[in-house]
Amino acid sequence: MRESVIEIRGLRNQFGHHVVHDQLDLTLPRGEILGVVGGSGAGKSVLLRSIVGLQKPASGHIEVLGIDVQKASSRERLALERRTGVLFQSGALFSSMTVVENVAMPLIEHEHLRKSDALELARMKLALVGLPGHAGDLQPAELSGGMVKRAALARSLALEPELLFLDEPTAGLDPIGAAAFDELIVTLRDALGLTVFLVTHDLDTLYQACDRIAVIGEKKILIHDTLSQVASFDHPWVHDYFHGPRGRQAAAVGQQRRSL
Amino acid sequence: MNDAQKPAAEIHDQTLHLFGEWRVTQFQAVRAELEALDSDSLAAIQQLETHELDSIDSSAAHELMQFIAPERILSMEAENQPEHHMKLLHAVARALQGNEPPAPRPYRFGDGIAALGKTITQKATHQIEQTNQLLNFIGLVLLRALKIIVLPHRWRVTSFFVHVHQSGLNAIPIVALLTFLVGAVVAFLGATVLSDFGATIYTVDLVAYAFMRELGVLLTAILLAGRTASSYTAQIGAMKVNQEIDALRVQGLDPIELLVVPRLFTLLFMLPLLTLVAMVSGIIGGLVVAVFSLDISVTQFFRIVQEVPIRHLWVGLVKAPLFAAVIAIIGCLEGFKVKGNARSVGQHTTSAVVQAIFIVILFDAIAALFFMEMGW
Repeated sequence: MRESVIEIRGLRNQFGHHVVHDQLDLTLPRGEILGVVGGSGAGKSVLLRSIVGLQKPASGHIEVLGIDVQKASSRERLALERRTGVLFQSGALFSSMTVVENVAMPLIEHEHLRKSDALELARMKLALVGLPGHAGDLQPAELSGGMVKRAALARSLALEPELLFLDEPTAGLDPIGAAAFDELIVTLRDALGLTVFLVTHDLDTLYQACDRIAVIGEKKILIHDTLSQVASFDHPWVHDYFHGPRGRQAAAVGQQRRSL
Repeated sequence: MNDAQKPAAEIHDQTLHLFGEWRVTQFQAVRAELEALDSDSLAAIQQLETHELDSIDSSAAHELMQFIAPERILSMEAENQPEHHMKLLHAVARALQGNEPPAPRPYRFGDGIAALGKTITQKATHQIEQTNQLLNFIGLVLLRALKIIVLPHRWRVTSFFVHVHQSGLNAIPIVALLTFLVGAVVAFLGATVLSDFGATIYTVDLVAYAFMRELGVLLTAILLAGRTASSYTAQIGAMKVNQEIDALRVQGLDPIELLVVPRLFTLLFMLPLLTLVAMVSGIIGGLVVAVFSLDISVTQFFRIVQEVPIRHLWVGLVKAPLFAAVIAIIGCLEGFKVKGNARSVGQHTTSAVVQAIFIVILFDAIAALFFMEMGW
């Protein structure tokens, strides 16, 4: 058994009387790309927020990189935040800075690099995620939706994290960009031993990039297994998801690419 | 990463051997290690040896490629090397290829003057555009407002009362408290100056005239410029950021009619009422000082106040609708000028408050001059 990076036991999240998660368990081994799927409002983003510490759970135990998120001292928390990267759904680039400054900021703040070095590294990160050279000097408001996603990925990679959280990374990208993004995630995982927690609706991403799939439904993880196991799981929502028209198409394309 | 292996590099037989952890946390060590290498042998390197490399991240790879060009890394023999290291090196190398930053333009004589000229031109054009926009907007709002007045079925009654509550009723305590305090201060000031002439009793007149003609309406307008103009800008600006304004437009709904006209009518209705509150409260402030420290009785105070000609009250009140229109229109217009991000909302909110207060005081000064010349 490989070392686990995320360990969740008996998680419960609720807003007032509305219970989102109840008795949710999940384990994510190092080096794996986990795709988290579930219907709208099933609590995918809430799960992500409670793992990164933005949402305080009602009860339960969350351990990330061996550190208990709820009991961590502020020093431990800081260390943890430096070892994780988060890509938010809408990018969440700081609108008062240019794109390249956005990426350079964590390097300057945490690694105490000189500004010129940090900016240079930031430009490399932008190139790595496939942004053209001139994009770095633009304001976030001037970028297209897809470019915002890439810039935000570059920022989440700035500190070379071990664990990456991606919230709907390919939503709003064109199919070519989305495929390149999937490939990029796999490349980075292979090169850096990244572990990726990926919330998505994109079936192609599931087929191309993810090692395992966890399905959220009925307030817990319905199944957490390899794609083929999950696809054949006997649950109405899971069945509709993977065997609906889009699911079948993505599966066919996935098969083709794998056999090439 | 406490047990991190220090990064190291050595050159043997045109091969660069890398050891340890090449990570961004060790950035300075990586650079020092690479700078220590002999530049001639670096230039002659044909091969990378990464078997003893624990890990390398993209930042360290980038630093390596400052010394060995990405093209050379890509052309080197990659077989027999650990696949994951080579994958990362190649990914970074491909990203860096052809991504040289443009060379900075050399400084030329006269660049400074050109920049100054450009700034002045930009500022001037910007100012003209702003004025143009403001005049356009005033015209547009006037047209819509006049049209809606005669069409009662298009009155936004709910919206009107919501704003009456938010920007009118909720402002009463702060307006009353502030004008009360200023009234007391004016009374103290008057007492100090007038006691030298033995005319302390005229303090009452001073407070009454000041609050009826000027201070009541001016203080209320300045307070609402800070309180309401900013909230109008922020409300409309946030809607703009969230594309709600666009959503209204594509549904064939007029944002001016829905958002601006109710806010304008609210202020036109509430500012005169709040001004009355301010006048009364300011005079009471004066009364408290008069009774407790000037030995003027309450009846005496009110007798003097009653003798003040009523036209001074009208001179004050007549300015209220004008100020109301200024505050509402500037607040709403700045909201519409917001461009797609949070920072822009902040900038335009500031700008709305500054402009509204400036214009209120300017108009008040012009009005004071006018009324004085007319002998009113």
